Amino acid sequence: MSPRALKALEPASTDPAFIRNFCIIAHIDHGKSTLADRMLQITGVVSDRDMRAQYLDRMDIERERGITIKSQAVRMPWELDGQTYALNMIDTPGHVDFTYEVSRSLAACEGAILLVDAAQGIEAQTLANLYLALDNDLTIIPVLNKIDLPAADPEKYTKEIVGLIGCKPEDILQVSGKTGVGVPELLDRATQLIPAPVGDPDAAARAMIFDSVYDAYRGVITYVRMIDGHLKPREKIMMMSTKSAHEVLEIGVSSPEPTQTKGLGVGEVGYLITGVKDVRLSKVGDTVTSFMKPATVALAGYTEPKPMVFSGLYPIDGSDYPVLREALDKLKLSDAALVYEPETSVALGFGFRCGFLGLLHLEIVTERLEREFGLDLIATAPSVIYEVKTDDKKTTIVTNPSEFPGGKIASVREPIVKASILTPKDYVGTVMELCQGRRGTMQGMEYVGEDRVELHYTMPLGEIVFDFFDHLKSRTAGYASLDYEPIGDQEADLVKVDILLQGEAVDAFSAIVHRDKAYAYGVLMTERLKKLIPRQQFEVPIQAAIGARIIARESISAMRKDVLAKCYGGDITRKRKLLEKQKEGKKRMKMVGRVEVPQEAFIAALSGDTETKKEKN
Amino acid sequence: MPSALPLADPAPLNGLLPSSVADDAATRNFGVYVHVPFCRVRCGYCDFNTYTSEELRGSKRSDYAGQAMEEIALAATVLSAAGLPQRAASTIFFGGGTPTLLPSGDLAAMLAAIIDTFGLQPGAEITTEANPDSVDLEYLSTLKDAGFTRVSFGMQSAVPEVLATLERTHDPARIPLVVQWARQVGLDVSLDLIYGTPGETLEDWRRSLEHAIAQQPDHLSAYALIVEDGTKLARQIRRGEVAQPDDDLQADMYELADQLLAQAGFEWYEVSNWAHRGGHGVPALAHTLDRRSRHNLAYWQGHDWWGIGPGAHSHIGGVRWWNVKHPAAYADRIRAGHSPAAGRETLNGETRRVERVLLLTRIRDGLTIAELAPSGRTAVAGLIADELVDARAALRGSIELTLRGRLLADAVVRRLLE
Repeated sequence: MSPRALKALEPASTDPAFIRNFCIIAHIDHGKSTLADRMLQITGVVSDRDMRAQYLDRMDIERERGITIKSQAVRMPWELDGQTYALNMIDTPGHVDFTYEVSRSLAACEGAILLVDAAQGIEAQTLANLYLALDNDLTIIPVLNKIDLPAADPEKYTKEIVGLIGCKPEDILQVSGKTGVGVPELLDRATQLIPAPVGDPDAAARAMIFDSVYDAYRGVITYVRMIDGHLKPREKIMMMSTKSAHEVLEIGVSSPEPTQTKGLGVGEVGYLITGVKDVRLSKVGDTVTSFMKPATVALAGYTEPKPMVFSGLYPIDGSDYPVLREALDKLKLSDAALVYEPETSVALGFGFRCGFLGLLHLEIVTERLEREFGLDLIATAPSVIYEVKTDDKKTTIVTNPSEFPGGKIASVREPIVKASILTPKDYVGTVMELCQGRRGTMQGMEYVGEDRVELHYTMPLGEIVFDFFDHLKSRTAGYASLDYEPIGDQEADLVKVDILLQGEAVDAFSAIVHRDKAYAYGVLMTERLKKLIPRQQFEVPIQAAIGARIIARESISAMRKDVLAKCYGGDITRKRKLLEKQKEGKKRMKMVGRVEVPQEAFIAALSGDTETKKEKN
Repeated sequence: MPSALPLADPAPLNGLLPSSVADDAATRNFGVYVHVPFCRVRCGYCDFNTYTSEELRGSKRSDYAGQAMEEIALAATVLSAAGLPQRAASTIFFGGGTPTLLPSGDLAAMLAAIIDTFGLQPGAEITTEANPDSVDLEYLSTLKDAGFTRVSFGMQSAVPEVLATLERTHDPARIPLVVQWARQVGLDVSLDLIYGTPGETLEDWRRSLEHAIAQQPDHLSAYALIVEDGTKLARQIRRGEVAQPDDDLQADMYELADQLLAQAGFEWYEVSNWAHRGGHGVPALAHTLDRRSRHNLAYWQGHDWWGIGPGAHSHIGGVRWWNVKHPAAYADRIRAGHSPAAGRETLNGETRRVERVLLLTRIRDGLTIAELAPSGRTAVAGLIADELVDARAALRGSIELTLRGRLLADAVVRRLLE
């Protein structure tokens, strides 16, 4: 085992030959954060006393859910054969919605540790990121983690990894992030095998932003990897995509607490603080250069974040609307991908139409709004972006069913994705059935190891955002995993289904669905509402309609009895209190025409199928 | 009365009332309610304030009449201290629980104490509830001699299966017998029925109604079964052992009751109560031709009454209060010379107005349109259009619920108070 490096290399003047930049590719729960914690401890950058579980995961949500949303970089000293090295570990987000952020993290590295749970094997998301790392020519160091677990089956999963990356079985390290066994060997291996970064120290400065984080006290903290040249404190810098210029107030490295340095040189990884307050001014993938001596060509690979999934967020208590607005304005500062605009709904009142990278992003934002701002929210069914052409040649971009044009529709285009599903082979039939039911087209399948199969489909994104993941999990006993990436769009026979209460459309329940599924959706919603809406003094028809054509119908029969039989021995007080309660309840009713609908009914109807949507990859 | 007491102000230990209760006292009748909180067994649906022998925690039934008489004395002191004029009782009602579980002498003694203390209006109505199991000719005769004018039998149903679900122990065949005895000694008779018991069919209900009508009572109450939280019945329903009462079926049952009772000469005067117009062939036995329960009406009409006994509710001149619930706690208060009141509520102008609408809507010709707030008056046209309120009565200036309106009375009240 290597000793801890006695004296770390000085940042800003480190020879790139002694820098190693790597990330860890792993599935959630496969122990990435625990392994990272162990590395911090073994290299001595965090004292044993300060160690808290999952040191790098800052946000409460991350710690609770055991997932990393925002990446950070940590510089750790390590000694091998008498030479001290600087290891930069870049923590990557591990979810399908953040593929772009992952790709930027990978682009900041020369190597990647492929971390696989020795009891579970590789998962679809890990596979997707592994392919991404291989595309970026990263040196892969395969590792089986959790070898201390009784259920570990290192032999089986060694074969799986060998089959995937073509390494030799003995190349695969066995570690336990929990106990620390094998971690020093892993650091040695990373130092030996990962190539040193290469760049031109004399060229104009170019640094790639791989993450930017909003801090309430310090403003935006921008994490960068220096490619060429040098950046130093007080220097004026420029973001190449926006041409915006800022002064560097502070520059440094995380180890893991932020530590100011004299600058950052070729191959180094660190952070910049310029005093800006909005992460939109410091975009992931953008190139930072010197304002005085700017580079001419930006680094490749920058893309604007593009929302793919849209949902209306409404406060359950209408008076919380200003709080929600303020909360979104604040969240925006730390989440460059979040977009929103005000929206009103007959059923739900005032809220915001929000755009997200994907479902997890939606869920994380909703949860942060509820947790950090004390809001109770209801989210409408997620929708994707449709392009609708009407017969008069007009094109409408629809992210909300209410924007769907009336009249004759010439064509509708919907986004499609390439979906990869990794499943135990026993569930292949079930998964295929599910994918076909969701209008998926199979593109191929291959074995991963002996008993698992990776299925490739192209599928409409709209089908995936509507509870696909829940069905996938529940039909495979939780074993299948999913990854997808947008690959374009296609024309499809899509229609808008409206749900009418006594002839009045309830906007929150309108949905854009494939014509073949319109009837099923109509029946589902009308039946659900029949159960949820209390009886009125008159009969209430509930209909599902495409345009003027009714496709499903239920009705709530008129309430015939609403009277308490007796006043108990003169207890008038109780009876009056009951009346007050009824009147209070009525205040919480929303009127759809003459129909009184309790807010809870809207909420329950909207969350119906998604009730089980708790656990998410 | 319910097992849960309302949240309100504490009541003073001396029970004294503010002098405001004396305002307009002459416009209100005075009544006395005596709660007898004992039952041989607790029925599965019941959440009334009543106790079996095992639940009495040391308090004794035999001590009860004495305690009640002490509260009667306290009532006289409190009422006179508040400046109320002496008012003779117009109605007296013994309810429970099972009043007839006490020896008839105990009931007679309590009644005598009330009459001695407050006096009695000519033609006063004096009722006791009775379990058909626990009375015989001699018992009823003693009550009549003591001054009772009326007995209300808890018949509930004529169908043994329904009685079994309700856990009522009496034999339905006993009903004609006890009714005949009551008539024989000269008491007016009311029968209490419950409908909508789990498992009860519309035909079962018809049998019960026909059986009850055949007894030619002067008065009949029909209450829809309410599943109260905390009862055995609620637990059985939650566990799925017993079906939840169905609102539509209960509505059908109410309509059937109204139809059969009307045919038999009964008229509704409160949502759950019907009185015979007279003409059973034995009118001489009735004290007046009006067979409505005046004590029951007093609750809805906002008259004054003092409720004696554990958990009993009272209303005097805009102050409502209720006694401690457990007989042992009640006995302790009385023994210590304190008022047994647990909490009270002083009604303000707005709550009085709300209560008047809430209570008077339920009785026939009870509420006048003139006393409604402007918004309530505006609502009347819609209520007539929706066939909830009778148009002819409205022309006369009063609110009278239609059959449909009686079934939706709470909704009508909400609309009148909007």
